[in-house]
Amino acid sequence: MNNIRALPTATPPAPVLETRDLTIRFGGHTAVNTVSCAFSPGHLTAIVGPNGAGKTTYFNLMSGQLKANEGQVLLRGDDITTLSAPSRTRRGIGRAFQLTNLFPNLTVHENVRLAVQSRARVGLDIFTLWSRRRDLIDEADELLRSITLLDRRDALASALPHGDQRKLEVAILLALDPDVLMFDEPTAGMSVDEVPVILDLIHGIKARGDKTVLLVEHKMDVVRSLADRIVVLHNGYLVADGDPAEVMASPIVQDAYLGMGLADHV
Amino acid sequence: MLRALFSGDYPRSRVLMVLLVLVFVALLLAPFLFPGTRPLNVAAKICIFIVLVASYDLLLGYAGIVSFAHTMFYGIGGYGIGLALYGLGPSWGAIGVGFVLALALTAVLSALIGLFSLRVRAIFFAMITLAVASAFLILASQLSGFTGGEDGRSFRAPTVLQPGFRLFDGEIFGVAISGRIITYYLVFFAALALFLFLLRVVNSPFGRVLQAIRENDFRAEALGYRTVVYRTLANVLAALVATMAGALMAIWLRYTGPDTMLSFSIMIDILLMVVIGGMGTLYGAVIGVVILVLAQNYLQALMGGVSKALVGVPLLPDLLHPDRWVLWLGVLFVLSVYFFPTGIVGRLRQRR
Ligand SMILES: Nc1ncnc2c1ncn2[C@@H]1O[C@H](COP(=O)(O)OP(=O)(O)OP(=O)(O)O)[C@@H](O)[C@H]1O
Ligand SMILES: [Mg+2]
Repeated sequence: MNNIRALPTATPPAPVLETRDLTIRFGGHTAVNTVSCAFSPGHLTAIVGPNGAGKTTYFNLMSGQLKANEGQVLLRGDDITTLSAPSRTRRGIGRAFQLTNLFPNLTVHENVRLAVQSRARVGLDIFTLWSRRRDLIDEADELLRSITLLDRRDALASALPHGDQRKLEVAILLALDPDVLMFDEPTAGMSVDEVPVILDLIHGIKARGDKTVLLVEHKMDVVRSLADRIVVLHNGYLVADGDPAEVMASPIVQDAYLGMGLADHV
Repeated sequence: MLRALFSGDYPRSRVLMVLLVLVFVALLLAPFLFPGTRPLNVAAKICIFIVLVASYDLLLGYAGIVSFAHTMFYGIGGYGIGLALYGLGPSWGAIGVGFVLALALTAVLSALIGLFSLRVRAIFFAMITLAVASAFLILASQLSGFTGGEDGRSFRAPTVLQPGFRLFDGEIFGVAISGRIITYYLVFFAALALFLFLLRVVNSPFGRVLQAIRENDFRAEALGYRTVVYRTLANVLAALVATMAGALMAIWLRYTGPDTMLSFSIMIDILLMVVIGGMGTLYGAVIGVVILVLAQNYLQALMGGVSKALVGVPLLPDLLHPDRWVLWLGVLFVLSVYFFPTGIVGRLRQRR
């Protein structure tokens, strides 16, 4: 069943991000195995699969936190396989993390502003007062407002409850304003009433039409409401890729999920 | 105006504010408030060490980098000025040449050390700085033809800075304005400017990135910040400021030598001062330096007095004998770290 494509991939126009036979091994275990896939602007691709399937690892390979053993990552046709994480970010690949990953002893506002500042390329400025950059401050606050965190702007990131930390994680990604946005289970551990804020934001980004959005998500209702396309990973292999309804109905996905005892997710 | 000067980073504690104002006024008026050679020496040392320790705080407190090479860069400044004045004679031109050469050497050396070793683990950087600094110390002691070896070099300063020089015949508040006092004000205002510069750096966009890298370098990279570049730049900036502090010290002492400029006991003093004052605050440098320099200079005398007064009482005069002052300094250090883990400034800000 290696690398079987359940469905023919719809050929979207000019992919922004592409992987070719991407592979990484941890000791004897191959966490991502010869995965080839391309992602285009204006589309939201959901990447699903059971725990340990390799979804986060696949993200790490594309955003540069991990380096592939084999295969390539291409951004707008350029081979970026060997580039570091920061240079990939600067080229427009943005990443939010599954395990919340913040600057704990800086304020909520500072967390977002650091991302705004990185995008504005003013990090190496040692002479301007950081409080004098009204434009960056306002932009960060505007983002906090959109994600309903503005009232906590001066709290330390570490003092936020889990749900708010997840929101902050997403706000930091949005602040980078990248061309490719990768969300790794953005709503995991959030209370039910907090989830719609995040989903609306992701929906808004997709609606703009110029962004490429990748979303790892276990909640199938979320996937169904947002995704134009679903990619299924299983044991490091890409096992299905295509239109959401068809992928969900395909036997191989049913098998993979049923076999993992995750039927209730489907 | 004040905001621009302080870079919007105020002491944020009334007690701290009062202490800082006291220190500032005392240093500003030191030649008139505390006439005499010894007090002026202490005041000049405080000014210079505030700069040296604050620049170390930029590294340790803000960037989270542990370096043992800070005295080496301080020494480069000291030797740069010292050897230039010794070799070229007492002129401002010599000071300029020594200063520029020292800064250039520091920039190259600190950038190289940073680029080579800041990409790997922090402990590796600490070891490299230790090794390079030891090598430098040995070099300075061995190349006696050039550096004066263990004895160092004494030299003369330009006329205006010589003790015999008088700015004018009269006196101000009973104090003649000698070259010594002019030198003191050179040191004082240079130190003030450098301190305010560091305050600006830590409150710039760059300063916030340093803090972010210290907090979570993995995430900082994911935001697009090349951490090696930022860490290296922090290392270079801190080293350059340390070099300037060393240059001021050489001008003040009209002497440069391994013990006063390069020894590891200075490195330990810097560490103590930063930790006691409070890391990552810059103002901690002021408090830490004042306490330690005063203790180093007056604790011994104080203990001598107390010890004499207690003659006849068993044990106490021995314990308080002036020779034990290092022991008591150690006790002071342990107590302060135990009771104020965030330093004195951190503690004062909490109480607010
Ligand atoms: N740095 C690493 N070192 C060793 N093994 C790793 C590493 N990262 C991931 N793995 C292994 O690779 C496999 C894939 O992990 P990954 O985190 O990508 O799964 P996932 O699909 O994101 O799962 P989940 O849904 O639980 O988040 C797992 O077996 C994991 O244990
Ligand atoms: Mg995962």
